[in-house]
Amino acid sequence: MSGIAFTDVTRAFERKGGAFQALEPVTLHVPDGEFVAIVGPSGCGKTTLLRLAAGLDHPTTGSVMVGGRAVTGPGPDRAVVFQQFALLPWKTVRQNIGFGLKCRGMSDAEARPLVERYLATMRLEGHGDSYPHQLSGGMQQRVAIARSFILEPEVLLMDEPFGALDAQTRIEMQEELIRLTAGQRRTVLFITHSVEEATYLADRVVVMAGRPGSVREIVDVASLRKAERWAERPVEEVMELDSFIRIRTRLWRLLRSAGAHRDDAATHTLPIAS
Amino acid sequence: MTMDMLAKSDLRPVRRRRGPAVGPGARLTLLSAASIAFALGLWFALAASGLLPKMLLPSPWDVAQALVKNIGVPFAGATLQQHLLASLGRFSAGFALAVAVGVPVGLMMGWFAPFRHAFAPFFETFRFIAPLAWVPFAALWFGTGIGGPILIVFSGAFAACVINTYRGARMTDERLIEACRTLGAGNWRLIVDVLLPSALPSIMAGIRVAAALGWQSLIGAELIVASSGVGYLIVQGQGSVETPIVMAGMATIGFVGLLIDLGLRQIDARIGRGWRAGA
Repeated sequence: MSGIAFTDVTRAFERKGGAFQALEPVTLHVPDGEFVAIVGPSGCGKTTLLRLAAGLDHPTTGSVMVGGRAVTGPGPDRAVVFQQFALLPWKTVRQNIGFGLKCRGMSDAEARPLVERYLATMRLEGHGDSYPHQLSGGMQQRVAIARSFILEPEVLLMDEPFGALDAQTRIEMQEELIRLTAGQRRTVLFITHSVEEATYLADRVVVMAGRPGSVREIVDVASLRKAERWAERPVEEVMELDSFIRIRTRLWRLLRSAGAHRDDAATHTLPIAS
Repeated sequence: MTMDMLAKSDLRPVRRRRGPAVGPGARLTLLSAASIAFALGLWFALAASGLLPKMLLPSPWDVAQALVKNIGVPFAGATLQQHLLASLGRFSAGFALAVAVGVPVGLMMGWFAPFRHAFAPFFETFRFIAPLAWVPFAALWFGTGIGGPILIVFSGAFAACVINTYRGARMTDERLIEACRTLGAGNWRLIVDVLLPSALPSIMAGIRVAAALGWQSLIGAELIVASSGVGYLIVQGQGSVETPIVMAGMATIGFVGLLIDLGLRQIDARIGRGWRAGA
């Protein structure tokens, strides 16, 4: 029981010269164990949506429930993976991975075997005593994923987690994520700029439109993924499938119109801009 | 300014790292040495010229002699080492207390808004009161005991510890705080594992300022209340018109102050050497 339910959620931010509406009423349900990706133009409120589920932000109106309970604040049952990794620079890889366990009151001796296991799972052996700045971006993000997964969260919230990585590392990380989530089915909310990434990873792709943010369309990918066994094939092969290309193109079209919608709104709210 | 520096380092990275033996760094050190030598020479010349009476400006030679003599022969009841030891003891106690209380208070102010609002008005006011202003009350409350000087040093060093810790804590990357909150970190963990290490450079800068202020305040306090110490030595030198001993005391204060700062700089450089390179 770990579904995410946004019901009539709005979020307005105070700004100089009045409130800024980041989300107009959004209703979205991510069932237990489903992988949902959200794509949309910049400023469409997708990160706001994720922050609401994480408990790092609160809705202006409406309700956000995770696992049937109203979200009141952040907690280790909902792990968040950030684009900028957000590792503690003064802690070693081991200490970073074990941080959540330490917060739970676990002793170093108790945490040690678990930390070692995740070092191995994330292919970070030999780097346990390194500091984050000594690692590549891809490795840093693997540390960030390890420190989340070690807490065995019911819900995984990922905010453009591979956005800061180079193309090759990005693909490796995508396959890694498939491998990790296949083992234990988890509810995942995944924010991305990349249509390919969303198509490859998600059961359903939510296309958002901007200013104020709203859900434009939800595209189902799960049935195709299952039928064509995408999870068992390498990314480059999946990306050449007709079915994959069709979904990708459809998402692109939706995004384009969402972006146009966004531009209309922008010119509407900023009449001075030339 | 910044642009200029950036441009230079971009254009000549190799030369900067593997320059000739007498690089810009060595030349600058030479300049510093020359500057000191020039000042000393000027002082010698002025004292030797006879323009000023010896009492008003003792020569460096007289000062050095007074200094060396005081190491063997007590002046004002104690040798120079004994005066210095008395001063250092008082300084260490007051300074340690200021750091031990100031850093936690600064962290608390940085994390808890009510704490911040409750304490900030005091600091905003008290920091304008010179430590020496506390001398009358230090004397009234503690007499000639150790408490008085400790209070003076503490009042000089405390604010710098608090304010720099507080500023450092407030500059902590909000994303790190959020990430740790999602991992289940409570207030204590966030303060100890996130705010404190993040504020460390600022805290160390504050501690160095605090040491300088505390050391200054102590000598000032000893001019008035103590019965030994470098400040007391200076007052006694003044009383018996032994101006070389006054200057010898001043030189000792300056030199030991420099040593204290160098020591703190060493500590600063050692803390977090592993991770700071990329932080």
